[in-house]
Amino acid sequence: MDFGYPVLTSLIVFPLLAAAGLFLIKSPQVARAYTMGASILELILGLPLLFFKFNSDFQFVEKARWVPQWGLEYHLAVDGISYLMVMLTLAILPLCVMCSWTYISKRVKEFHFCLLFMTSACVGVFVAMDLVLFYVFWEAMLIPMYLLIAVWGGDQRRYASLKFFLFTLAGSTLLLAAIVAFRITGGTFSIPELMQMNFSFRFQYWAFLAMALAFAIKVPMFPFHTWLPAAHVQAPSAGSVILAAVLLKMGTYGFLRFCLPLTPDASVYFAPLMIAVSIASILYGGAIALGQEDIKKLVAYSSVGHMGFVTLGIFLFNLRGIEGALFQMLNHGVITGALFMMIGAVYERSHSRAISDNMGLGKYLPAFMGFWGLFALASFGFPGTNGFVGEMLVFTGAFQKSYVIGALIVPGALLGAAYMFRVSLKMAWGQPCTAKTWRDLNTREWTYLLIPAVFVFYIGLAPKLFFNIIDPSVEKLVNDLKTRTSTTQVVAAQPTPAVVAAVETPVEPVNN
Amino acid sequence: MEFNPILIVPELYQLMLILALFCQSLGAGPDKQGGGETPPAERWLPYFAGFGIFVNIVSWGAEGLIFGGAYKLDALSQFFKLAIAAGFYVTVLNAARQPSLEERKRPDYFMFLAISAWGLMLLSSAVELITIYIALEISSYSLYAVIPLRNAGGQGHKGAAEAGIKYILFGAVATAIALYGFSYILASQHTSYIDQLAKANWTWAGQPMAVVGLSLFMGGMFFKLALFPFHFWCPDVYQGASNETAGFVATLPKLGATVVLIRLAVLLKPGLEMTMLLAVLGALSMTFGNLCALAQKDVKRLLGFSSVAHAGYIMVGLVSGTAMGLAAAAFYSLAYVAMNLLCFWVVSRVASDGRNLQLDDLNGLYKRSPALAFALAVGAFALVGLPPTMGFMGKLFLIAPAWEHYWWLVVIMVVNSAIAIFYYLSLVRHAYTHEAGESAPAPDNSPFSLCGAGILAAVVLFFGMAPAGLFDYAILAGKQLLP
Repeated sequence: MDFGYPVLTSLIVFPLLAAAGLFLIKSPQVARAYTMGASILELILGLPLLFFKFNSDFQFVEKARWVPQWGLEYHLAVDGISYLMVMLTLAILPLCVMCSWTYISKRVKEFHFCLLFMTSACVGVFVAMDLVLFYVFWEAMLIPMYLLIAVWGGDQRRYASLKFFLFTLAGSTLLLAAIVAFRITGGTFSIPELMQMNFSFRFQYWAFLAMALAFAIKVPMFPFHTWLPAAHVQAPSAGSVILAAVLLKMGTYGFLRFCLPLTPDASVYFAPLMIAVSIASILYGGAIALGQEDIKKLVAYSSVGHMGFVTLGIFLFNLRGIEGALFQMLNHGVITGALFMMIGAVYERSHSRAISDNMGLGKYLPAFMGFWGLFALASFGFPGTNGFVGEMLVFTGAFQKSYVIGALIVPGALLGAAYMFRVSLKMAWGQPCTAKTWRDLNTREWTYLLIPAVFVFYIGLAPKLFFNIIDPSVEKLVNDLKTRTSTTQVVAAQPTPAVVAAVETPVEPVNN
Repeated sequence: MEFNPILIVPELYQLMLILALFCQSLGAGPDKQGGGETPPAERWLPYFAGFGIFVNIVSWGAEGLIFGGAYKLDALSQFFKLAIAAGFYVTVLNAARQPSLEERKRPDYFMFLAISAWGLMLLSSAVELITIYIALEISSYSLYAVIPLRNAGGQGHKGAAEAGIKYILFGAVATAIALYGFSYILASQHTSYIDQLAKANWTWAGQPMAVVGLSLFMGGMFFKLALFPFHFWCPDVYQGASNETAGFVATLPKLGATVVLIRLAVLLKPGLEMTMLLAVLGALSMTFGNLCALAQKDVKRLLGFSSVAHAGYIMVGLVSGTAMGLAAAAFYSLAYVAMNLLCFWVVSRVASDGRNLQLDDLNGLYKRSPALAFALAVGAFALVGLPPTMGFMGKLFLIAPAWEHYWWLVVIMVVNSAIAIFYYLSLVRHAYTHEAGESAPAPDNSPFSLCGAGILAAVVLFFGMAPAGLFDYAILAGKQLLP
């Protein structure tokens, strides 16, 4: 379908142009309004994406030569796996602008510059179909995020931003080595082409480890999660929203886009480990969240738990599990994004993130507390909300795989309810200290909370549309994985080493 | 082939500049009577240095082997000559307003810079070991004189004098070692022409003396490149010399050393002991440089250790033994020069009083000079190797060809980029997240300074996003050596 302009490119380039335009503006108020306009225009530019066809093909493909000497291509496309993430990125931008309207008062222009730059890089990560192009966006996104935390963050912003940068960059340097290894072994940087190839198990083993480290740090999975609470707590509210809603998803997106299709055997080989780590993330994240006194830290640790569900769903390798993972990615973006915006809103009133300073809001800020209750319920998967759909699917997948896995994650879901109830009860009915004088939500706050609330119910009650979008791609992913791992396993089971060698390196017999 | 002066127009042009500067240095300075009539060197030189770039572009296609086969004009030499001319132009502009240089010393100062650049131009065309040695000396000797030229309140700068002596001592030892190595090569291989040496046997088993000789000879280049273990001068000299001089020493000589190593890399087939030596030195150099840089407080010292690390990165391209690898090394050395010129430009502009910049002096730069702060951020992120900058593309090009034979080197390199983030990031951190203290120097916010920073930053970003055109030329040069 032709829309008269390259849709995906425009989504990447437009925010950059808009960001450059910011430098011509002097007044902070105009800069805010300008960015708001730009973010809405970005959404309008993304409208053609609604004509997405419900199949597993790569759509909206754009291809151009970039560095022909190395076979680098400027190759963009979306499929069912990346589609929702692109939409989420586009939708989060105006919300971020709105929630920092009064929150950010210093260096407003630069702040919005970072937001726009960020959006451009995030869209790029999800639509890039060339490994190097992907890596370029993946790394480029670190810079604005670093600045968002380091410049507009809380008291310990320098520590938190440095930790964030070091963790994520250290992880992704090995990803670059893996990318080059793919190029040398597979002869191309193109992701769709590499998906068709079979690599030797030894190669897959190391490539998987290098990639998984980068993605696991980004998600973050259990032993690598320590940067997340620091970054979340120190980041300004819009930074937390983008971090939770978009950045964390890049890790799980990486697993789905690279690990499973490119290194299927290694993925199967490492699945027990990944499942174990995911379960650890769920239980550990939940347990730590239960003990937090800082609301933002609590939600940050709950993110560790929720992302554990996502990685668990991915490495179950069944249809329900991966569907659940994708739903959970979207849901976590909507819910946690909204929760962070709410924390930002209440912080503007109380100037504290401690639970004890924000108690008893039920009577004085009923609208705020209503929204909070809704998102808290959605967060632990109350039926009727979107959280339920995702968690239910992962549970189904887990029990399909093994009762043990299913049984192990049940306490995780219970923990979710426990910590969310604990903080919500205190916030709603605790002993108020200064809350009596606070204003309830204003129109701007209503707007940016109503939008995610609509999605909470829409995905929760009528998820059909979303199933239509993701199902073809997920089915293809699962089937590819099954067929490819089963063929190699059959061959590997045969005792003669010559046959194994012949399959792994098809060139050799010719030379002999 | 018959000698045709058209072929070496860039070198002749540079020589003419040197002569003009020499004449001016003979005449009376502006502080004496009658001296005010001639425009000072820093006024006219930038225009002529800029024209030098144009001259190099015109003679781009020159090809030939002259001076008895010792001097070769090919794609590689023209590529590097253009880069040297461009770098010379930027360093001259950078040094034009040098606060720590007396007016009457300026013609001499620029003359020495020009001679050094001229030596490097000769170096990029030399294909015979004695010629290489002489060109190397021409470029080094003038720097020995330039480094101590730093005025600190009417008298010489102690650190600069120390740096000058260190540079001479190290340089003398390194060149002595190189010459000693050369004698071994000549004794065992009976020739000093690289194209004939390429056909010779370079295994340890076959020609141990030649292997030792070449390794020692390359030591001379390693000294210029500041590769471990020939790097000890580097941080001290950067710190001692004035900001502008350091900007020259840190950039152009590396180009000269790289081009010679690229020519010698024809001898270094993967699997040879010498190649292994280079790879190991590269790995040590990057690790050592990065680890030392972590602890630095002085910006120039930090950049000095960073250049030790970058010398190691360039080795990754040299040992791969493919045309692509050599092209990558050429591209990366160019990227390195662009990134460092950018950083030193900012350092020189921020330290408008000519002081040695500490990290704390960068505090709050975003407020005092947003454009310079942005340019510094671009330079720092480029040196880390983050996209979308030239540094990233250079690194990608380097590691791809090296993967086949030296995958461990690639892994060490990417791990090193992770180590390096911390100190490059601290440049950005100080500029963006700290508030300025009281003693912070007032940065130069003139259009001249901002335009220069902007153009250099644009170059670093542009070739990071669209490196294909430039890389084509690098490949052309590489293919010629290793078809």
